[in-house]
Amino acid sequence: MEKIIVALKRALDYNVRVRLNADGSGVVTEGAKMSINPFDEIALEEALRIKKRGDAKEILVISIGTAESQQQLRTGLAMGADRAILVETDEDLEPLAVARVLKALIDKESPELVLLGKQSIDGDNNQTGQMLAALWDRPQGTFASTVAIQDGIATVTREVDQGLEVIELRLPAVITADLRLNTPRYVKLPDIMKAKRKPLEVLPLKEIGVDSANQFRILATEAPEKRQKGIVVNDVGELVQALSDKGLV
Amino acid sequence: MGRTLVIAEHDGATLNRSTSKCVSCAASFESDGIDVAVFAENGASLAKAAATIGGVSKVLQIDHPANATLLATTLAPQIVALSGDYTHVFGPSTTFGKDIMPRVAGLLGVGQLSDIMAAESSHRFKRPIYGGNAVVIVEASADRILVATVRTASYADAENSGTASIETRALNVALPDYTRYIELQSERSDRPDLQTAARVISGGRALGSAEKFELIYELAATLGAAVGASRAAVDSGYVSNDLQVGQTGKIIAPELYIAVGISGAIQHLTGIKDAKTIVAINSDGDAPIFEVADIALVADLFKSLPELTEALRSASAQNGRNGVTN
Repeated sequence: MEKIIVALKRALDYNVRVRLNADGSGVVTEGAKMSINPFDEIALEEALRIKKRGDAKEILVISIGTAESQQQLRTGLAMGADRAILVETDEDLEPLAVARVLKALIDKESPELVLLGKQSIDGDNNQTGQMLAALWDRPQGTFASTVAIQDGIATVTREVDQGLEVIELRLPAVITADLRLNTPRYVKLPDIMKAKRKPLEVLPLKEIGVDSANQFRILATEAPEKRQKGIVVNDVGELVQALSDKGLV
Repeated sequence: MGRTLVIAEHDGATLNRSTSKCVSCAASFESDGIDVAVFAENGASLAKAAATIGGVSKVLQIDHPANATLLATTLAPQIVALSGDYTHVFGPSTTFGKDIMPRVAGLLGVGQLSDIMAAESSHRFKRPIYGGNAVVIVEASADRILVATVRTASYADAENSGTASIETRALNVALPDYTRYIELQSERSDRPDLQTAARVISGGRALGSAEKFELIYELAATLGAAVGASRAAVDSGYVSNDLQVGQTGKIIAPELYIAVGISGAIQHLTGIKDAKTIVAINSDGDAPIFEVADIALVADLFKSLPELTEALRSASAQNGRNGVTN
């Protein structure tokens, strides 16, 4: 195929401890380390491997967010993507709006495959890929743990609650990456230097011309309920006694 | 007011308990009624099962050869065809519901709410973000249909007291043919189902091998428990992916959860925080799992696990002799 699109979201780094603003307005991100959402990084790695196998020619990475999202796009270019587009906005878009923006870019770029992370680790929505597939009227392979491309068909193994489900998608299609699809590569310094010369186009969100208004209103952000402190037992005998006291054995 | 349509999850033979939990969620706010849609090849017995869920007014049975396997691409347009009569369309926050519901929302051109954990009103809900490290209160507009998934671990089963009517529907909808189902690779077992079991025993990386993981199975068999695992144990190949408990695996809420040799990464804790009692056995006294454990035992699992299995086995034999049952 000619082209794969991968979307990269700038998100709070996986290893950063989540802290809430004192006024209940949200999660502290100021000054915190930000990275490519891990599932998106896996999606990009898969696109790069598909290209390496000779099954794709160009990989376009897209991010929708503030100007700072250029950092994540540069990392994507350093990993091996060929070209990047930032759709710049200060708004925090809901998945439907993200899907609409991606659909508008798909209409312009005509990729055969769109690879996304199955969810972002901030909003945990797990929606964008499915919504995009609906808007595009194309098949979806969500929670992918293996992807094989042959003769215009993507064979996808999906991690589902019952085990592993195998489906075939006629391209073009949307695939969303699960954890075990691959292990993303580390970026090497020469690649970072090389990535600085790769094209990165910035488009203001309003130039895309889609309805990106949020449909939900977040009223408050709270800390989750804490569990009561437990007891420490010294051996298996005490453990069995404690379970018995609670009527569990 | 409004009316909620719940999309039933099933395997062709048995209704998944996630369906009942979605009904519980829908019943927790005021509405004019809750209907359940059963999409199947031949859904008569599934529809009968759905009709017994307490609080359900009507079961819609949609039989179609394409519904022999529940693929998002063919199911979503059928759900959209039914949605006109409803203010809310709910599916479970299982891999089934997560795959299908956003596609439904996309076709309808509306947003979707993921993982409802509590309803404050018909249009105000709580949901977790950041792997459950924060909870947001979200308000949806009453002007448009609300498509949502329900976090099943947050809800009890609805009572089995229902006497809903069953209506068969034939939908005149064009179904895309660009997706082909090949197979489900599943390790069949007669052990309790991880997602719905009252007791779950999970093993982590510290087990060290698939062979040593047998110790977990032995304890589980003694307690009639389901078996789970941490991501590290799945990635190391000790057990299959469908046993993974956590943010990207299964979110569970058993009465008793025993974590053995699991350090307790935040992503794992996300999956178990609704468990009633958490027991942790780990040789590292500083392991984060102990921060959430109700009963903590710092010990070598290779010594304590067989001891525990043996102690519980003889205790249940004792109870058996005395005619005591749990």
